[in-house]
Amino acid sequence: MRNKRLLVRSLIIASWAAILFLPFKGIRGAAELFLVIAAGIPVFHFLQRGMVLPKHFRSVVSFLRPFFIPVFLIAALAVPFLAGDYYLDVLIMCGIYILLALGLNVIVGFAGLLNLGFAAFYAIGAYIYGLLNTKLGIGFWPCLPVSAAGTACAGLLVAVPALRLRGDYLAIVTLGFGEILRLVLNNWDSVTNGPNGISGIAPPQLAGISLGNLKYFYYLVLAIVLLSVFVIRRVERSRTGRAWIALRENEIAASSIGINVTRYKLYAFAFGSFWAGIAGILFAAKMRFISPESFTFAESVLILSMVILGGTGNIYGAIAGAFLLVLLPEVLREVQLYRMLILGIGLVLLMIFKPEGLLGKNLRKIRQPVED
Amino acid sequence: MVHILEARDVSKHFGGIGALEDVSFKIRKGAIISIIGPNGAGKTTLFNCLTGIARPDRGAIYFMENEISKLPAHRVTELGIARTFQNIRLFPEMTVIENVMVAQHLRVRYGLLSAIAHNRTFRKKEKDIIEKAFEYVGFVGLENFARTPACNLSYGSQRRLEIARALATEPGLLLLDEPTAGMNAIETMEVMDLIAQIRELGKTIVLIEHDMKLVMGISEWIIVLDHGVKIAEGTAEEVRNDPLVIDAYLGKEAVQ
Ligand SMILES: Nc1ncnc2c1ncn2[C@@H]1O[C@H](COP(=O)(O)OP(=O)(O)OP(=O)(O)O)[C@@H](O)[C@H]1O
Ligand SMILES: [Mg+2]
Repeated sequence: MRNKRLLVRSLIIASWAAILFLPFKGIRGAAELFLVIAAGIPVFHFLQRGMVLPKHFRSVVSFLRPFFIPVFLIAALAVPFLAGDYYLDVLIMCGIYILLALGLNVIVGFAGLLNLGFAAFYAIGAYIYGLLNTKLGIGFWPCLPVSAAGTACAGLLVAVPALRLRGDYLAIVTLGFGEILRLVLNNWDSVTNGPNGISGIAPPQLAGISLGNLKYFYYLVLAIVLLSVFVIRRVERSRTGRAWIALRENEIAASSIGINVTRYKLYAFAFGSFWAGIAGILFAAKMRFISPESFTFAESVLILSMVILGGTGNIYGAIAGAFLLVLLPEVLREVQLYRMLILGIGLVLLMIFKPEGLLGKNLRKIRQPVED
Repeated sequence: MVHILEARDVSKHFGGIGALEDVSFKIRKGAIISIIGPNGAGKTTLFNCLTGIARPDRGAIYFMENEISKLPAHRVTELGIARTFQNIRLFPEMTVIENVMVAQHLRVRYGLLSAIAHNRTFRKKEKDIIEKAFEYVGFVGLENFARTPACNLSYGSQRRLEIARALATEPGLLLLDEPTAGMNAIETMEVMDLIAQIRELGKTIVLIEHDMKLVMGISEWIIVLDHGVKIAEGTAEEVRNDPLVIDAYLGKEAVQ
């Protein structure tokens, strides 16, 4: 019975994907795809169900745990010595998207507020630096806190009216804000230079050295990403983070235990947007050129996909999601035309088979303090 | 101050339905009081009005001299009223211990920067929070489930966790909305014992119950609602013999 349902489901998905592919690859390609998916889904399913972790797996993992972070750090630090510019470039974009995904994860994952216009906050961070730098000649470092704080304030401003609304309405307001901001950036020629964007943005300087070099810039992004993970993790495991999650889980219960629901929603918006602002300034400093084209609705959707893909509410999930969605299109460059299609199919499949995301929720283990 | 809570002419309408009609009563400090009444009598609506979850259309509610009927829920909790819900409202993805930790939100505070720096204030307060959480979880008998996600608990344990979470807000007045609903006889007895124990802590308790017999023994004062109207109040003995109550409430049961 269950197997039959599974079979029917995989046939439906396979034919759907095949029909989508038909115009691009012709009958033969579509048929191949159909076969692969129709056979692949059940196989994947049985593998997943039948896979029993080896007995000692847990002890091996807990033995290796202390080594994870050092190994990761050394690898991350070594990358510029091993990899060429192309890889550095891709990794820098990974870092920027990780910041975005982490920020959106605070809003969507922790506090449970849907935000469909997150790219707008990314844009605000980028434009604050772009304008301050090109018009007033202010450098990267003084602009960093200004971009972050300015974007956080923008988050608050959008949230104030939006918080009177719930669920779908909040999504629509944020979506509308994203579009309005893009239109403003496109049309306010005297300030933003419209669709032509702002060029000639300066790269950061540190102790007289320009960080415009990809290697240095990579380290800058790495440092900021590590800092953001550190800070967000600590906030998540504090009174504030718990209040957000309570809010997401049950708003009425949260208010009944004394959480000021409106205030914590605002905090979530501001704190999440803060990281988008930092991502924005990094993007502007890396590209040295920004235009409204980089901050479209599709961008918002991409960031949201990263959060959902990795598992909403899970910091490491958001990081994994950002990595995957930046790297996959690069890997799939060969099949340019279809990569969005393949990504889309992948996301749909994931939502069917693992709706909680790749990593799912991670429950924190809290130990009872020992008396001393 | 003898009375911890006073409601004056509280009314609440939903469209044409009068869920509460000019309900007035006083609650003596340290007492266990029961509110009974048939389905749809307005009991839960009354709790919602008392806790800021619903706003009464008319009337006033005083809690320890404060007028609370216009306050938002979190302010009411801050003043010292906590509640449980008839249709359980836990934080399902959080573990048992986290459900109780988050409920200390108002009582143990520290700034965001302390949390980021993990400074001494943070470590000390966070340790306090965890210790207290384990105390409350132990108090309701869930110590073996501290790390279980709330959604994986049995129905009875979920109701207990709601009580632990409410206690963690350190209330003076505890409102329990049908705390034994859906429990078997043994579980019901245990929860009744737990309620008696909570009273020993010096808390005032208001209990909504469907089953009048259950609350007769434990409560010293009973308020009876029917169709949003307070039709009687008094000791168990008085209420049991009140003709209006027999008519509205016991009568129905006798017929069934
Ligand atoms: N949010 C609401 N919207 C509309 N009507 C409501 C709402 N809440 C309660 N009511 C109505 O108000 C009346 C009282 O409901 P309430 O839940 O307070 O009764 P109750 O005494 O708690 O009943 P029960 O014993 O079934 O829990 C009912 O007629 C109910 O349908
Ligand atoms: Mg009720």
